[in-house]
Amino acid sequence: MIRELEQYRDVAPKGTVELVYRLSELVQGKRFLHINAVRYGGGMAEILRRVIPVMKALGVDARWEVIAGTQEFGDVTRRIADGLQGRPETITDEMYQTYLGVTARNAKALDRDGKLDADLVFVHDPQPAALIEHRKGGKWVWRCHLDAGKPYRSVWSLFRRHVVKYDAAVFSLPEFSQRLPIPKFLIHPSIDPLTEKNRELSRAEIGQVLDHFGIARNKPILLQVASYDRFKDQLGTIRAYQMVKKHHDCRLVLAGGGVLHDPEGEAVLAELQKAVGKDPDVHLLQLPPEADREINALQRAATVVVQKALKEGFGVSVAEAMWKGKPVIGGTAGGVSAQIVDQATGFIVHSVEGAAFRIRHLLNNPGVVTRMGATAKEHVRRNFLITRHLCDYLTMLKLFCVE
Amino acid sequence: MSLSHTGSVFRFIACSEIREILGKQAEDARALAELLEEVPLDSVYYHTHSYFLRHRFIERTYPNDFAEWVGEQVRDHILAERLSVVDPFDFKSLEALREELISIIDDHLSGLMSVPRAGFGTPFHFNRSRILEVPTGLETRTLREFRDAISEVDTSAIYFHVFEAHLRLQREENDFSAWIRTGLNLPSLADRIKALNPYLGSLERLRSNLLTMCDDELARSGRAETAGY
Repeated sequence: MIRELEQYRDVAPKGTVELVYRLSELVQGKRFLHINAVRYGGGMAEILRRVIPVMKALGVDARWEVIAGTQEFGDVTRRIADGLQGRPETITDEMYQTYLGVTARNAKALDRDGKLDADLVFVHDPQPAALIEHRKGGKWVWRCHLDAGKPYRSVWSLFRRHVVKYDAAVFSLPEFSQRLPIPKFLIHPSIDPLTEKNRELSRAEIGQVLDHFGIARNKPILLQVASYDRFKDQLGTIRAYQMVKKHHDCRLVLAGGGVLHDPEGEAVLAELQKAVGKDPDVHLLQLPPEADREINALQRAATVVVQKALKEGFGVSVAEAMWKGKPVIGGTAGGVSAQIVDQATGFIVHSVEGAAFRIRHLLNNPGVVTRMGATAKEHVRRNFLITRHLCDYLTMLKLFCVE
Repeated sequence: MSLSHTGSVFRFIACSEIREILGKQAEDARALAELLEEVPLDSVYYHTHSYFLRHRFIERTYPNDFAEWVGEQVRDHILAERLSVVDPFDFKSLEALREELISIIDDHLSGLMSVPRAGFGTPFHFNRSRILEVPTGLETRTLREFRDAISEVDTSAIYFHVFEAHLRLQREENDFSAWIRTGLNLPSLADRIKALNPYLGSLERLRSNLLTMCDDELARSGRAETAGY
């Protein structure tokens, strides 16, 4: 019995923990290296922080290395990431040389300690992707967590030369990928049910958070958790709420970050404040990146969760809300509609009016809220938990390194 | 016969699926048929059989990806219904299943003035499956043990022994019914399990049906033993 894995036995679907044990037996001693740019922050780092110790305990030689960068390197890789997601960006030759130079220094440092040698190397996102130029042994896979479905052409053509040298690439959705001469695989992101953002909370803990934000519990709460960014369409959610408000006395909570030191975020927040006016039932919360418990409590306190983004990555916050037994009303952007089973775990909508209509439907039918919420939780249990991700990783390791 | 009788051993095998993106996408029903013609059979498998491995809990409106896309994205409900009624268990091979699906789409399109498109919906993305067999180490010798294993095992094992068995062995019998017939000598239970249509429900529904059938058999046998038969 491995303690790191056993803690998931009560939350994973029946038989899944046993399946992970059996899968790990097929890849005993195999060296599985993950490389990315950050140790903390972001869903991917959150999952790696849990997955690596579990795999190690199971007898897989799993490691996680983080590359070091400079301010200039950070700037170039941000431009590359934005360009891959379709934003017009210019990468000058000087910038590109900076990217290659810092990558070479990282490769040298990692190689000095023999850290680049593994049976399977997963390189996450664009920052460390050029390490492929310094590959040693083993199979190399580029894991793209971004929506690279419609990249800015000049950035993609510059970056593609590195990607094609990998043995395979992994994307979160088929539509996030590009034409490539290497095999492309599909792995959905996942959530960890035991982290501060997703663990069970007591009524008292939820109450404390609501009290802290001055949110009374005397009305149904509609919630959208998203950074203050035009693509998240909080304005659309406010309009939907205003349509609903004529028929149902409810509250709207918009919670997100992205305002501090970000003029665009500040502008979006100012627009939202203007749209809300003096409505005391709308709460615009600015949360710091580490506000995991607060988000958890808000999701658990909500009656209905809305995720009406116009452009979105996979949007794993949908799965987080569903895990708390909440029906989610979401748009068609990114991975939102891949997580919602329309009319079973929530509703997929195409307009502000559609969102308002479905919110009204749910507020009118508390029994449907309960039933959909319960279905949503089971759907996440079977499709979007870290235990499924472990199975995916172990299966990839077996397929790439043992056969 | 007594249900404590030890027959041959049944070994449970689970499976894990890795999904490969083929990079081919259809915007309308004609392109769907044309691409269906050229994709590898693993892709036909992915969008029909292993659809159930990905939807283990919630029963969907349509029982395969093709029907779901045509119904939900193209909104051609007649074609969606015609594709829904195709039962992969009726086909001995994936090639025959592919031909049937193409034939239905072609026949439907021949009666239309224009080809329905996804319009505001999303295109159909062709993927394919890579299935890894995973021995669970779980062995059963009696119906009681079998029933308990079914209640606890990962649903991928149920998928493997019912859905995969159909293609692997190219016979109507699935692994469970075959073992219950020959290993436990319970032909009537075997017949009932063989008659289960896995394409009408989810893997969890299938688990539940299997448990009910085993429990009925155990209760019936218990009554028979009490009565001294």
